[in-house]
Amino acid sequence: MTTGYFFSHRHILDIEHLSADDIDFILTTAESFKEISARPIKKVPTLRGNTIINLFFEPSTRTRLSFEIAAKRMSADTFNISASTSSTTKGETLIDTARNISAMNPDIIIIRHSFSGAPHMLSQYVNAAVINAGDGTHEHPSQGLLDMMTVRQHKKRLNDLKIAIIGDILHSRVAHSDILGFLRMGSEVFVYGPGTLIPPGLQELGVTVCSSMKEAVQDADVVMTLRIQKERQNDPLLPSFREYASEYGVTAKVASWARPDALIMHPGPINRGIELMPDVADGPQSVILDQVTNGVAVRMALLYLVTGNS
Amino acid sequence: MPAPLLIKNGRIIDPANTVDCVRDLLIVDGRIADPTAPPHSNSSKIQEIDAEGCWVVPGLIDMHVHLREPGEEYKEDILSGTRAAAAGGFTAVACMPNTKPVNDSRAVTALILSQAEKADARVYPVAAISKNSEGSALTEFGELKANGVVAVSDDGLPVRDSQLMRRAMEYADDHDLLVISHSEEPSLSNGVMNEGIISTRLGLKGIPTAAESIMVYREIALAECLGKRVHIAHVSCSMSAELIRSAKARGVRVTAETAPHYFTLTDEAVMGYATNAKMNPPLRAEKDRQAIRQGLADGTFDAIATDHAPHSMLEKEVEFDRAMNGIIGLETSLPLSLSLVREGVIDEQKLVELMSMNPARILGIEGGTLSAGAVADVTVINPDLAFTYTEEQVVSKSKNSPFLGEKLQGRAVYTIMGGRITHSLA
Ligand SMILES: [Zn+2]
Repeated sequence: MTTGYFFSHRHILDIEHLSADDIDFILTTAESFKEISARPIKKVPTLRGNTIINLFFEPSTRTRLSFEIAAKRMSADTFNISASTSSTTKGETLIDTARNISAMNPDIIIIRHSFSGAPHMLSQYVNAAVINAGDGTHEHPSQGLLDMMTVRQHKKRLNDLKIAIIGDILHSRVAHSDILGFLRMGSEVFVYGPGTLIPPGLQELGVTVCSSMKEAVQDADVVMTLRIQKERQNDPLLPSFREYASEYGVTAKVASWARPDALIMHPGPINRGIELMPDVADGPQSVILDQVTNGVAVRMALLYLVTGNS
Repeated sequence: MPAPLLIKNGRIIDPANTVDCVRDLLIVDGRIADPTAPPHSNSSKIQEIDAEGCWVVPGLIDMHVHLREPGEEYKEDILSGTRAAAAGGFTAVACMPNTKPVNDSRAVTALILSQAEKADARVYPVAAISKNSEGSALTEFGELKANGVVAVSDDGLPVRDSQLMRRAMEYADDHDLLVISHSEEPSLSNGVMNEGIISTRLGLKGIPTAAESIMVYREIALAECLGKRVHIAHVSCSMSAELIRSAKARGVRVTAETAPHYFTLTDEAVMGYATNAKMNPPLRAEKDRQAIRQGLADGTFDAIATDHAPHSMLEKEVEFDRAMNGIIGLETSLPLSLSLVREGVIDEQKLVELMSMNPARILGIEGGTLSAGAVADVTVINPDLAFTYTEEQVVSKSKNSPFLGEKLQGRAVYTIMGGRITHSLA
């Protein structure tokens, strides 16, 4: 840690605007919180009296539960609001919702929204700190951070690693946060997937877009597999899941091209047998459950930091 | 008729007569007086404007605006829109038909023209190509033309059916009407900004430049094979400019316009999910911006039009995906275009061609010249006057501009329509 470092972010909207020092500081803070979840009584009074609102415009049991557990372990009061995006089309805008919620003086609003940029917009209209829990196809910063935490835990570093990200890069906000995060920390990012699911311009970010699975995975330290979103199949992106599984699925053979100590990761929930084969998902290199555990610690750290507790 | 008006000592720039010199300009009875004629006898009643250090040019003409009347007067109406036009130096505008109801009939055209009688700029209605702009049946071009329409366009929507577009070009030619194409291939334009690294970083759905250029090529192919005329609206990208340039070189009867935002901004303006930078076609990449500037310099583009598209906060203060497309442009077009002159991309004559002479010729309307006897539509420009474009000074009813807060240079100090001063900074 650089001396005189100060965590200056009021909101956590994306990884893009976090420096390497910020990421390092968040992960170190998360490490210190990890131990709380291992105690018999998993509760500290750190955020007692704080009101946290989970504002979810898109269903996500996992992320919401993870944030809720994180908040409760720090003794904050949490409230869940599930709003459907369609209700806001009929009159009430996101800004109306934001102003109404803001009038109740919450300390933190955690927002998940199907439109990219919604958390950025929200942050301009509320007094509370805003944490992006996934927006459209933009970013999912807490997931990116927990992925980095998991890699750091196993590899003891975040620089000079080869990170292979496989699958639907285009729609994956997790991939976007991971790409920006790992690049920022000094690792190399290789992506591979069907051309229909690779967004334009990745090379300009410093990503290597591979033309074969082997090129992407060869000697990788981390193989990050992404969820294929079955609901996105109205656009002709893929001919079939069967073909996807055979050409882009991570099998034991694919995993064997990576370094022997490579980590197998997935943001979950897994389509077993499509993007990731069951033997790999549940194999010895898989750290998928560590990701889930670390998610709570990272979110505790974020809640702690945005309330001005750095 | 207002009193005679003498504009003194201005730099007269009139490309229609290849004039660029410092002299007085006299307006009598709403027309430009003959400069060689003897001085006006009743000089005591002459109103004078001191134009020293200023340019005196034929009134600016914006051939692509949305005035929102009838139907969405909370965004803009004919009076407020033409006040914004006058404030920006425009004496005439052509208004697109995507009102509510769509201008696809004599009744809507008549309503627009009757409101325009009191307006601060001449209003030339553009009617829809197809009934309700639905793309299936042609509107009555003959009757629309007879009632004051100068062009036809389904602007806002592409004409999907190539056969309908072919018929429109053929039938418009019978009535000497201009067909204006909103060139967009619908199956490729299901996005909210330019497709590229910025859309990737923001996680927003992109629209590739091919969505535009494919349709630009279709219009050129139709115009070429039929020998008919077509005008391409709001060109945004390099490939379209290239297609138009080569078509013109082959003698195809194609004209084209671009807008100030395409030669000023890139898709970086969307960063931070700025809905005031959301428009259709979208702001493109730097290479496209450079190509648009090149196209203005080499004559690929005939006109600078604003695509003035007012929207209220209700349509803009929302999630980016949900925000409506479009920005206002009438009050920023001249200063943004003047920067092209300062940067040496085009000269003063070319600027006036693009913003006045050519739009008049393409639409077949009066104006665009300071010839003796011509209608006295005149803009007096102070090319050096610097100002900060703030929300408070926006004349348009809507404030959706990505240029708010920007320091701009050069603006109209007088706008004169038919000898009447419609805007004055004095
Ligand atoms: Zn248009």
